Amino acid sequence: MTSSDSATTPADHQRSRGLAPFLRSQMRNIAPFLTLIFLSAFFAIASPSFATIDNVGNILTQVSVTGIIAVGLTFVILCAEIDLSIASIANVTGIAVAYFTLQESYVNIANVPMPGFAAILLALALCALLGLVNALGLTIIGIPSFIMTLAMMQIAAGVSALLVRGQIAYKVPPLITTLGSGSIGGIPWIVIVAAVMLLGGHLVLTYTRFGRYVYMVGGNREAAEFAGLNVKLILGSVMVISAVCSGIGGMLGVAHFGSAQQNEFDTYLLDSIAAVVVGGTSLFGGRGGIGNTIVGLFVLGVLNNGLDHVNIDSFLKILIRGLILLAALIINVYAQRLREQAAD
Amino acid sequence: MSQGRSPILELNQITKAFGGVEALRGVDFALHAGEIHGLVGENGAGKSTLMKIIAGVHPEFSGRFMLDGKETRFRSTRDAHAAGIGMVHQELSVAPDLTVAENVFLGNQPTNRLGFVQWRRMAREAGEQLSRFGIDVDPMTRLGDLPIGLQQLIEIARVLFSGARIIILDEPTSALSPPEVERLFTTLQKLRDEGTSIVFISHFIEDILRVSDVVTVFRNGRKIAATASADTTKGALIEAMIGRGGEKLEHSYTDDLMLPQSGAGSVVLKVDQLSLRRSLQDVSFEARAGEVLGIYGFMGCGQLELSRILFGKLRPDGGTLAVDGAAKTFRSTAAARRAGIALVPESRRAMLFHQEPVYKNISISILERISALLLKPVRERAIAQRQVEQLQIRPPVVGLDLGMLSGGNQQKVALAKWLAYPPRLLVLCEPTRGMDVGAKNDVINIVRDLRAKGLAIIVLSTEPETVLSLADRILVLKRGAVVREFAGEAVSKDRLLEAA
Repeated sequence: MTSSDSATTPADHQRSRGLAPFLRSQMRNIAPFLTLIFLSAFFAIASPSFATIDNVGNILTQVSVTGIIAVGLTFVILCAEIDLSIASIANVTGIAVAYFTLQESYVNIANVPMPGFAAILLALALCALLGLVNALGLTIIGIPSFIMTLAMMQIAAGVSALLVRGQIAYKVPPLITTLGSGSIGGIPWIVIVAAVMLLGGHLVLTYTRFGRYVYMVGGNREAAEFAGLNVKLILGSVMVISAVCSGIGGMLGVAHFGSAQQNEFDTYLLDSIAAVVVGGTSLFGGRGGIGNTIVGLFVLGVLNNGLDHVNIDSFLKILIRGLILLAALIINVYAQRLREQAAD
Repeated sequence: MSQGRSPILELNQITKAFGGVEALRGVDFALHAGEIHGLVGENGAGKSTLMKIIAGVHPEFSGRFMLDGKETRFRSTRDAHAAGIGMVHQELSVAPDLTVAENVFLGNQPTNRLGFVQWRRMAREAGEQLSRFGIDVDPMTRLGDLPIGLQQLIEIARVLFSGARIIILDEPTSALSPPEVERLFTTLQKLRDEGTSIVFISHFIEDILRVSDVVTVFRNGRKIAATASADTTKGALIEAMIGRGGEKLEHSYTDDLMLPQSGAGSVVLKVDQLSLRRSLQDVSFEARAGEVLGIYGFMGCGQLELSRILFGKLRPDGGTLAVDGAAKTFRSTAAARRAGIALVPESRRAMLFHQEPVYKNISISILERISALLLKPVRERAIAQRQVEQLQIRPPVVGLDLGMLSGGNQQKVALAKWLAYPPRLLVLCEPTRGMDVGAKNDVINIVRDLRAKGLAIIVLSTEPETVLSLADRILVLKRGAVVREFAGEAVSKDRLLEAA
């Protein structure tokens, strides 16, 4: 014990600052980017319809809802936590905003019509409340986020079910309709909202004190506590941020799809997690950011969209997506190990 | 006492090095059947290393290893186990989520012919063994639900009743209450009389003298003396452990040191009757501005828990804390920081962000003050740069990842973080552990500067030198209680060890 303590003075203080070590330490950022370039090049060659302006627009629109949800999830994963309730919260928020909007007479839902702004505020309050429940479960009661948000996934799905009772609602407030399915100067509003939210997330993480705390808590939670940070407050905040981002994504998603119904967002859970992790944000916390999430979004977007442009068995698509995700996870873990070696 | 008979275990000229540092140098050691053999020595003297060699933890070493008169070499702990050697390590190594019975039979649960565990038999036998040892618990309770001392006793019981003929106990009593220690000693003596050989390592010299037949003293990886316990005294053993004469380059603190008469300022922290389950009992003291209060004690004496309570990471079961006369209950470490308390914990892993640059490590405690919402990177770096220069952190590059710095410089960064703050009370746990002489002196000078600036400082350490080199007043903590205060009087390493 003590004898080995005294032997911890390795003589390799002067490290070579060459290109190889730099690349190794940046592998987390480089690998996803290379994947993106490779996939884009591959589909551009394989299909003449892939590399067109129209299709780039398609891809942007297709990743927008995932992108909005992934902003909040990036905060959570940076803190080395997880939020499995994002898709459910998106779904219930989308349903709630429709529930508070006057529907056509043939829609058989006992809804409570309200002015548009009130419907939006109530829906936002709902997702914030659900996020707060996640936050309290995680920090005050001490339930691991994996389990807590798993429960919340069910709770939010349950609320959704009670609100729509198997029916489909179509109307949402005009503002949501515009942002979700309208466009300005040829650019869909939903892409603009996603871009603004991603930018906002990036600015918060990079330039604010709160953002720094998120990285510090994720990098070494114990050290953050010993530095006198209120770790529980920070963890609670990221859970609420995640829920609110999911809620916004859900409202715009409902307008984008043109309907609000049960289980509408189920695929967005895996897509959002995949976007964050494929982009290179560390599942162990403290490394990565919105920049990585954007790259991850494009990798997924290009992959999903590109597979539609090439002639491929549609069932095989699912398997290919799984394999790409696995490869990204391996790189994620491997990059973490390389960094730790570089730091020791 | 067993002279004349040949030893069952005999080691000759054992040498063991870790990465170029010799932990053991040419040590001879002999253990006879039916003997309790006490081992004493300072931290890092080589006791644990030698025992780990015997227990097969360290298979690589040079020298001769004779068991029952035959030269033997263990390749793993499994080999040692098969040869009848059992060891209880200093750190608790139990499975808290398993039952008491499963822990007692860890690794050799009784099974029937089909390989199924015989739960009822296991529970019954575990219960019988434990009650032989005076422990009365339901064998089917989850071990982790029991108090730490009881867990430790159960771990000891497991090894004692494993049928081993050589049992090594490394610091077994530090977490035990006096009646539990008593029970352990009775059992050890009974096993000895049945012919088992026991090696007993402890910082508590009275315990060693009471229970062991022979005592061996280690110092700096060498065996200094081996005598019958009846022929020696606590004083003589301490003297042998520390070593008189200029063997060390550093100040050895073997001579009396005069602590200053109290010239300190106002009371910054007042702690009254602080208690924490089995760790602390009615601890009361004051820390004053412009004074370094040293708190000395052996590992497990409650120091770590005390430091955590002061910084709001642990909640005491009883007692009060007052900062500048106002009673405080800290709900979080953030609350303690805002009240002007800072803690530098004993482990660098726990206090620093190795993957972040130096300046972020330093600025983390002051961000709240310099930035309301947006970060001020220029100011941050400037403040960090000033601290780096003041503390002579090498290399003086604030943008470098912390992990690139040497251990001593990392320790300085941990201090720098709080110097930039600065707190009213600074609590330092093991501030110089594992440092070379130069870095140690730097830290000592930094602490003295801070004292001159009027900070109240508390230094907690298990190393007497650390406390003696820094403190103006010294409390000795023993098994969670303050047993002695040295103030305005002569103190030395002997006296500290004597008190603890």
